Amino acid sequence: MSQHHVIPLKTYFKVAGALFALTFLTVIFHELHLGALAGPIAFLIAAVKAALVLLYFMHLKYDNMQNRVIFGSGVFFLALLIGFSALDIWTRIQNISTL
Amino acid sequence: MTTNDVSHGADRAHGGHSHHFDSAEHEYSSDKEGLWLFMVTEILMFGGLFVAYAIFHSIYPEMFSEGASHLDWRMGFVNTLVLITSSLTMALGIYYNQQNQPKKAFWNLIATLLLGCCFLVVKYFEYTGKFHHGIFPGRLLNMEMVNPIHQNLGLYFGLYFSMTGLHGIHVLVGMGLIAWVAIRTYKGHFNSHYFTPVEGVGIFWHIVDLVWIFLFPLLYLVG
Repeated sequence: MSQHHVIPLKTYFKVAGALFALTFLTVIFHELHLGALAGPIAFLIAAVKAALVLLYFMHLKYDNMQNRVIFGSGVFFLALLIGFSALDIWTRIQNISTL
Repeated sequence: MTTNDVSHGADRAHGGHSHHFDSAEHEYSSDKEGLWLFMVTEILMFGGLFVAYAIFHSIYPEMFSEGASHLDWRMGFVNTLVLITSSLTMALGIYYNQQNQPKKAFWNLIATLLLGCCFLVVKYFEYTGKFHHGIFPGRLLNMEMVNPIHQNLGLYFGLYFSMTGLHGIHVLVGMGLIAWVAIRTYKGHFNSHYFTPVEGVGIFWHIVDLVWIFLFPLLYLVG
């Protein structure tokens, strides 16, 4: 087994630098007090950071299709859980029973 | 170069592999497949808690804001930087094993271990600070001491303690695993042909970092 893909050092440092920068960006957006937008923005930045960790630190970018699909299935089932839970909660009739 | 050892398995350092695999490459890819399946169970375990957070947050947004106001975001911020740095040193620990430089790999793994310690020390001060102010999960929250605006504030801290607690246990387990691969690196068990355990522990450590990347903004900032 000689064909392991080795990610160059420079890439690791760049990714770490980007993760640091995005962490500072999260705090900067927090200090701007954007109200309703604050949540989605914080989540979006976290998602970008997560993608960087998965692709480079966890080597998913250079991994085989099988492992990528396995990871994708985890995300899919999590999305399913969130989706159906949200549908349930937000379509409930809020009125208290008159009985 | 035996492929079929009796006791402790194959001579992997020289391209060997366990007898139930076709080749070393086959063994490596099977190990990684198993690891990714394990990662999916991790994603779903933490995912359930994140879904609970999302639902209760959508029902009681103001109560979550009050909860987050009890947390010091600077502590979470420092810990985020600590974990990102530890992820880098972990990646370097794998890299130097791939490059046949076990000494450098060893010291990077030790650095990862120490950064994990830093994370838990900060967490310890956070937890004891909360306990000191009567902040406990669920109905254990001390209503007289905290005097919350929202009577169900314990719900927020139930989520806070279970999510960060489960994460903290993962940090502890990860540190144990890192200590194990650091010792094996020191003993010269790994090289460019064989580093599967370091790679596996690395993937686990990075998923721990990944969970924290979401926990920090959700618990400390957005609330």
